[in-house]
Amino acid sequence: MTVTEEAPKASAADPVPAPATVLPSREPAEVPPQPRRVGGTTRSDVLALCGAAASGLSIALLLFGKIAPLSGTVGFVVTAYAVSLVIYAVLVGLDHDGPAVRDRVMTVVLWSAAAVLFIALVLVIGFTVWRGRDALPHLNFFTQDMQAAGPLDPLTLGGITHAILGTLIMITIALVITVPLGLACAVYLNQIRGRFSRFVRTIVEAMTALPSIVAGLMIYATWILILGQEKSGLAAGFAITVMMLPIVIRAADVVLRLVPANLTEAAEALGAPRWRTVWHVVLPTARSGLATAVILGTARGIGETSPVLLTAGYTAALNADPLHGPMVSLPLAVFTFVKSPEPTMIARAFGTAVVLMALVLVLFVIARVLGGRGPGQQSKRQARRAARVSQRDAQRFEQRRHPVLFLQPHEASASADTDPRTGENL
Amino acid sequence: MSSADAVPGRPWRGRRRPDRAARRIDAARGWGDRIFRYQLTASGVAVLAIMAAVGVFLLLRATQALKVSGFSFLTTADWQPDVHLFGIAAVLTGTVLIALVAVVFSLPLALGTALFISEVAPRRLRRTLISMVDLMAAVPSVVYGLWGLFFLQQYMVNLSRWLSTWFGWIPFLKVDGAGAGQPLDSASVYTASTFIAGLVVALMVTPIQCSVMREVFSQAPAGEREGAYALGATRWGMIRAVVLPYGRGGIIGGTMLGLGRALGETIAVYLIISPVFVIQPHILQTGTNSVSSLIALHYGDSSDFGMSALMAAGLALFVLTLVVNFTASSIVARSRSGAQSEA
Repeated sequence: MTVTEEAPKASAADPVPAPATVLPSREPAEVPPQPRRVGGTTRSDVLALCGAAASGLSIALLLFGKIAPLSGTVGFVVTAYAVSLVIYAVLVGLDHDGPAVRDRVMTVVLWSAAAVLFIALVLVIGFTVWRGRDALPHLNFFTQDMQAAGPLDPLTLGGITHAILGTLIMITIALVITVPLGLACAVYLNQIRGRFSRFVRTIVEAMTALPSIVAGLMIYATWILILGQEKSGLAAGFAITVMMLPIVIRAADVVLRLVPANLTEAAEALGAPRWRTVWHVVLPTARSGLATAVILGTARGIGETSPVLLTAGYTAALNADPLHGPMVSLPLAVFTFVKSPEPTMIARAFGTAVVLMALVLVLFVIARVLGGRGPGQQSKRQARRAARVSQRDAQRFEQRRHPVLFLQPHEASASADTDPRTGENL
Repeated sequence: MSSADAVPGRPWRGRRRPDRAARRIDAARGWGDRIFRYQLTASGVAVLAIMAAVGVFLLLRATQALKVSGFSFLTTADWQPDVHLFGIAAVLTGTVLIALVAVVFSLPLALGTALFISEVAPRRLRRTLISMVDLMAAVPSVVYGLWGLFFLQQYMVNLSRWLSTWFGWIPFLKVDGAGAGQPLDSASVYTASTFIAGLVVALMVTPIQCSVMREVFSQAPAGEREGAYALGATRWGMIRAVVLPYGRGGIIGGTMLGLGRALGETIAVYLIISPVFVIQPHILQTGTNSVSSLIALHYGDSSDFGMSALMAAGLALFVLTLVVNFTASSIVARSRSGAQSEA
């Protein structure tokens, strides 16, 4: 701004004919003493925010209590929020310009969007736990099945052992198929490039949002209608597999892509065949991410109701045989309980939902603990182990070069006894 | 990733010495690698076969019903397969309306949260927030259904009443038999509606949309961000000038992925709605339907032919979500951000 204004001014002030080239007089630009602030909060921001919130709340109270015939919690919250946003804009506008006001207001809006989402999450979990408090304290809830308990029986009778066992059996079946097949397919997508693998990737990506009821319908159409098998835990496991497979492949694919290329190139430069590179370099490097992918897929698979609804049937009795007879899973039990109008059944539904959520939460925490690091980043223990191994290798190399120096009797015998691979290499 | 792309062939190809042939590194050699390759390809084919089987077997089982109904399958609202009067006009409308309501509410929420996590949130909070969004995606749908049925509904009835009273002149917000003085004006007119089901589904799809958008936003080039700051932009100015244009593909793609999930949601919708078999364009009014809850409702009491009709409905849902997902992933892949993230 300043530069362009000064250039013509300098030439106009000059009485002599202007030279061909005008050099703007470069005065040092006004450098602000401190770098410009683009984020963070100051005290006046906080004060303005608190003031705006307080006045918004008061105006909403006034509107709802005295002036306008308004009512309802949702309306109150929305009104208070809108009013305080406007007041905040005005307050900031007192000592800032337009863009800064927009920036502050939008920052508040973004904060509140995140807050709404997380309040909703807390409400969902909190409400379920709160309503589950009736059923959960009874020990029989975890040790009995619903065979002896009718809808009118009190909560001291009956439980969800059958659903817990069913969920575990079904998810085990699904994992037995999903883990090898899904990881192999993810490795395939990463290692073997070409038109066909791109096609497989496109299909898998499109299938990640496969409606879960369609997965159930497909197993129902093939396993039960065409092959004539009965509804069983196995069929439900298959249905969960169909649903989980694309999710696990997609997540594992993303993780495998992050494996640093210099590691695989180093392996190939050492002359390792492709399968050794994958088995000894790619998979161990991505181990924690792959575990996360599988566990998050498992969490999704455990929570799905609709594939199980179509393929497992429903039973109130404990059934540990996945091949024969109907089986029930936790979400299906919730679904069945809540369809009953009896308050005790609804209490059981919430109790079961809490157990289900706890299971998902445990899986989730395990996934986060395992998958906290990106591929190639090691935990302290892994780093120590790797350091030990490379130290041993370095010693081994030195030993080959200067055998005399390292002929300490006990170490030589120990390595010959306990480490046959080292002995062979020597 | 970039270094992997940088060696597509053999860099020494042009200056190959006559006495030494270039060592081949791209093709797998040896029996070990050949078996490895076959196994991997087999697993790829197996996964593809499973995915194809979903479509093929649904189509196979659905032909019986589709032959009888023909084109009227798309235009009939009724569902009485045993007298050969059935179609998905009502359930499909309901499905799409629920999904639209869900996306209308989830889009601003997901966009705001994604921007918050990638741009505004303090750095140490970021990982926790990402974990919480992921956790929200992992909460089982039946739990959302319980919450919507027993918690959200009672609060939303008032909002529905207010909306229909003041904005009832907008056709889709109208509620028949509602309003002060009407004999039917009770809370039950507003429960079990498209609106409430859509709200619950919105909460379920927001985390999915949010994580797609956040990933794209966080890839916005640092040079352009700093350029915007250097030109005097505020943070919001930078977001508008750099992050949002860069992430447009991610926003559209993420929204559509969420739409795909919303279309297929079963249990939460089933628990909340009360099924009707007429086309219900009034989203605040009680009674709606969706394809997936139709299947969940009728799979048990259907005859052989009825099952075939349900398969046809499932096929329609399958095709619809597939189209939405394909569109979404191609939008993400073709955008500037997606082109970089794709290996």
